[in-house]
Amino acid sequence: MIPRPGPRPGLAARAALLLLALGVAWGASAKEPELLNVSYDPTREFYTDVNAAFTAQWRKDTGHGVKVRTSHGGSGKQARSVVDGLEADVVTLALAADIDTIAKQGLLPQNWQSRLPHNSAPYTSTIVFLVRKGNPKKIRDWNDLARDGVAVITPNPKTSGGARWNYLAAWAWASREYRDGAKVLDFLTRLFGNVPVLDTGARGSTTTFVERGIGDVLIAWENEALLTLASEQARGRYEIVVPSVSIRAEPPVALVDRNVDAHGTRAQAEAYLRFLYSPQGQRLAARHHFRPSEPDKVPAAERARFVQVTQVTIDGAFGGWAKAQAAHFADGGFFDRIYRPR
Amino acid sequence: MSTLALPLHARRGPSPLPGFGLSLGLGMAWLGVVVLLPLAALAVHAAGLGAEGWLRAIKDERVQASIKLSFGASLAAALVALVVGALVAWVLVRYRFPGRRLLDALVDLPFALPTAVAGIALTAIYAGNGWVGRITEPLGLKVAYTPVGIVVALVFVGLPFAVRTVQPVLEALGREQEEAAASLGASRLTTLRRVVLPELAPALLTGFSLAFARALGEFGSVIFIAGNLPYRTEIAPLLITIRLEESNIPGAVAIAALLLGMSFVCLLVINAVPLLFAHERRKQGRG
Repeated sequence: MIPRPGPRPGLAARAALLLLALGVAWGASAKEPELLNVSYDPTREFYTDVNAAFTAQWRKDTGHGVKVRTSHGGSGKQARSVVDGLEADVVTLALAADIDTIAKQGLLPQNWQSRLPHNSAPYTSTIVFLVRKGNPKKIRDWNDLARDGVAVITPNPKTSGGARWNYLAAWAWASREYRDGAKVLDFLTRLFGNVPVLDTGARGSTTTFVERGIGDVLIAWENEALLTLASEQARGRYEIVVPSVSIRAEPPVALVDRNVDAHGTRAQAEAYLRFLYSPQGQRLAARHHFRPSEPDKVPAAERARFVQVTQVTIDGAFGGWAKAQAAHFADGGFFDRIYRPR
Repeated sequence: MSTLALPLHARRGPSPLPGFGLSLGLGMAWLGVVVLLPLAALAVHAAGLGAEGWLRAIKDERVQASIKLSFGASLAAALVALVVGALVAWVLVRYRFPGRRLLDALVDLPFALPTAVAGIALTAIYAGNGWVGRITEPLGLKVAYTPVGIVVALVFVGLPFAVRTVQPVLEALGREQEEAAASLGASRLTTLRRVVLPELAPALLTGFSLAFARALGEFGSVIFIAGNLPYRTEIAPLLITIRLEESNIPGAVAIAALLLGMSFVCLLVINAVPLLFAHERRKQGRG
């Protein structure tokens, strides 16, 4: 380039500004330890309460402050962000398969799920149906969802963790009912043939069903269904139908070792996850419509909202997430097969 | 760059407009980092697949259905945006009416609006219980959750491109030529066909190709109104996202490369059309 004479007054000022910015960043990081909890969509309200309660508890126990931030989004997308460098100290996602994705990159050990009680799931949920008041289409069980003239709302299992639980719950019922692979596939094909809209996430499906008035039945997490029933705009317009067989949905939590070691926040992160198993954490989960994994820590009155339902587990019925993922949701798996053009 | 720029200066003497070397260098560097580098990464990934793996990924029926839908809907949307956009530009340039400035400003709104917001708003309007959907669905026209809805969303994001490329050309055209044609006895239609359209053709084509290109890659506004049913209303960009969320990066890259390659060919063809026009006219002028 052509050299130009004359002073460059901006340079010194800019260097000073840069140093100042670095100083501010340094000061902030030295101040109070921060935890980042990367979570999925329907835990927004729950973790707002958990974070406040845990911060208070930590200050009481140690005399130190701690700040917890939570990021929400589709479970699969959140897992990708952590793999791509979002510096989560803990992850609290919808499926073990999503945390497996992170473990495969070496951010935490492969056996992460055995490090905490109950398969690392401090709270569980199950899959139920939400129908319009009075149940005009007389929906009682899974077979009603495959009937002609019934419109079913569920998100896309390829993009939504919740939708994978929905799909596997339907599969679990069908394989008990039919005991024949071809019939099970036929049932799921008819069920998904009744789906008029395939949203990308669970909250999107709830919006489609509740606000747009599309469909006769929403397949939903029990906690989302209870939350919808309790919401201002939906009050008195819906009811929950519990199918004869459902699945025990276990949204797991885990420490991301590589990140807590880099941040020096291992003690806080461990305490945070243990807090979820404490009486206070379990009660908060119940209050936010998640089934506590250690129900005896929660007063019976607060457990009353959870009805009895026959539940299969992912390990018992599908041989674990890795297997279920590969057989059903991978490219060319069962889900791709039931979704053929007609 | 300096080695390139200096001899030029030496030959021509100081340019009246200095800074060529510097601005070209900076411009190219930025273009490289922001545009060419990601594209190169895509190309490298796609090359890593090998021709066979790439073909296998592309042959998937679901991929083909989504590509067809994306191109079909984008084409339809660009055509609508072109006709409506030209009309809006015409009204804005040729007529003076109260609220014209406001309308002019409104045209740019889709540029600024987050596309997801547009998508949610459009869905609310066109769904069965929305303002428009309530009227059209009993008449048998379902918009939301059908390919029609996809076209509506794509017209929304493409329209400003059509308006803003046609508008300045119309302004420059002036009405004198039309008045001259009229005074020579040309009908309104003949004037439009022989005088106005030939002048506007390059701008119309540019507007069309911009709207088309934008529509192909559009994501946020479409996924809400599309309904996302595989084989029916699933657009290619969503399928790319789905492949990424399955951690199937080669699959995503294969679709992305196909989409990019096809749109590149389309844009080349569209850009070649004006050259053909010009060639034809020169021949006619000589003959």
